[in-house]
Amino acid sequence: MAYVVTDSCHGCRYTECVTVCPVECFHLDEQMTYIDPENCIDCGGCAPICPVGAIHPSWQMPAGKAEWVEINRLRAAETPVIAAKIPPLPGADEQARRLAS
Amino acid sequence: MSAHPRIAVVGSGPAGFYAAEALLRSGMPVAVDLFERLPAPFGLVRFGVAPDHPKLKQVTTVFDRIAGLPGFRFVGGVEVGAEVSIAELSACYHAVILANGASLDRRMDIPGEDLAGSHQAGAFIGWYNGHPDAAHLSFDLSAERAVVIGHGNVALDVARILLKTPDELRHTDIAAHALEALAESRIREVQIVGRGGVERARFSPKELGEFGALADCTTGLDPDDLPEGVPEPAMDAGAEARANADILRGFAEAEGGTAKRRRCLIRFGLEPVRLAGEGRVDGLHLRRTGQDRTIALACGLVISSIGRRTAPMAGIPYDARAGVHANLGGRIVTDGVTVPGLYTCGWSKRGPHGTIGTNRACGVETAAAVLADLATLPVPIGNADALVAGLAERAGHSIDYAAWRRIEAAETARGQAAGKPREKFVTCAEMLAIASEAA
Repeated sequence: MAYVVTDSCHGCRYTECVTVCPVECFHLDEQMTYIDPENCIDCGGCAPICPVGAIHPSWQMPAGKAEWVEINRLRAAETPVIAAKIPPLPGADEQARRLAS
Repeated sequence: MSAHPRIAVVGSGPAGFYAAEALLRSGMPVAVDLFERLPAPFGLVRFGVAPDHPKLKQVTTVFDRIAGLPGFRFVGGVEVGAEVSIAELSACYHAVILANGASLDRRMDIPGEDLAGSHQAGAFIGWYNGHPDAAHLSFDLSAERAVVIGHGNVALDVARILLKTPDELRHTDIAAHALEALAESRIREVQIVGRGGVERARFSPKELGEFGALADCTTGLDPDDLPEGVPEPAMDAGAEARANADILRGFAEAEGGTAKRRRCLIRFGLEPVRLAGEGRVDGLHLRRTGQDRTIALACGLVISSIGRRTAPMAGIPYDARAGVHANLGGRIVTDGVTVPGLYTCGWSKRGPHGTIGTNRACGVETAAAVLADLATLPVPIGNADALVAGLAERAGHSIDYAAWRRIEAAETARGQAAGKPREKFVTCAEMLAIASEAA
């Protein structure tokens, strides 16, 4: 069990999640963040703070998003840890509005 | 004497550790002394997080890593405000960060609140978590019904520990005295009572959901509270309120028809008016919000969990409304004017809200304020090393991080015998004895 970043993060990458993770389990590539399920302690702090609602618990994945559990596991192993907030990707605000509508 | 600026952090819960980390990882040449009243660090991770939530406690591996950063020193078993004053710290450190949490329970201020059998959540939680201040307490678990007042995650923790079977708790790090008492409990029903409706409850869905999977307890609602069923939260109520509504609806539909022996009722729209009883609680009177009629509920145990506030400290300005040290973004202020060299973070800065990780962002903010001010802060006249050495001499003990690790190893070894992750020492004397053994 762990929390899981889904494709809603793709192209936004606000990284608010990173600031409240107590165990630094977020990883990062050019497009989005990933959670390392080996380190996540299920505190649930990241899910409500994500501006686009991209993060879900693995035991409660929305329809069609189940594959992201495994993608997070694989990509977290291949990408560096991110410990502090960075600026969102260009176009993040437009994407957030699109996802909210 | 070290040429590096030294900063004292008071309180070794998550807020204290994350502030220390932010300072030590800033790239600035600073040293941090982390003061803790008890011989054991970690604050609410050790004494607040429920024993049946072991995964959250894994965050201590991060604290161990922070304790290993160059410039970090743990000063355990020293109570700031008693054994050493803030003024004495200020004389020896460039800055002092208060991260001493919210140790006081808010009172309901209703008649009967001080009857035997009426308790505050902090005491009960300290008791089952083996806090040295609470280990001697006892709770009467002989009546059939207990009432927990409050609609937050702490109320859920209290109710869940009362409702779990001994087998569900046996392999956690629950204090042995609590496991023993709970095994004899005759409580069959716990009502979790709050003033607001479903939307206003501050349960996190994950913790509410656990009530659907208790071994010997069903969870349901009282139709009197919600005659039309669980209402659909407004669209702007937030994802958590919507998830909670779904979970509660699930409880209401699934209840009944099982052989489970215990029951939890989550109740809404009820305000406590008074506790009844001669010498000890035998009932609780509640008023339906917005109505005059009161309801009497027979019960032998009442535990209130309606919020916490920071204990005021001598000489530190207090924000009575928020129940925290008066501060702006972590800088202690009096009448809007910054008090140089004094800071706060965690619950004593922003109140008792958020997850463990919220304290990380909070600690980063306070550390940034300290670092920004550092050049303008006066160089301390006293010597921190001499102060710490003097404190150890006066107290007759010195609890550094290595000493804590010896205590921890002994707890783990004790636990192994009982199939528990650790068997905590519940008195400071036991901890000090272990700490001094190989020192």
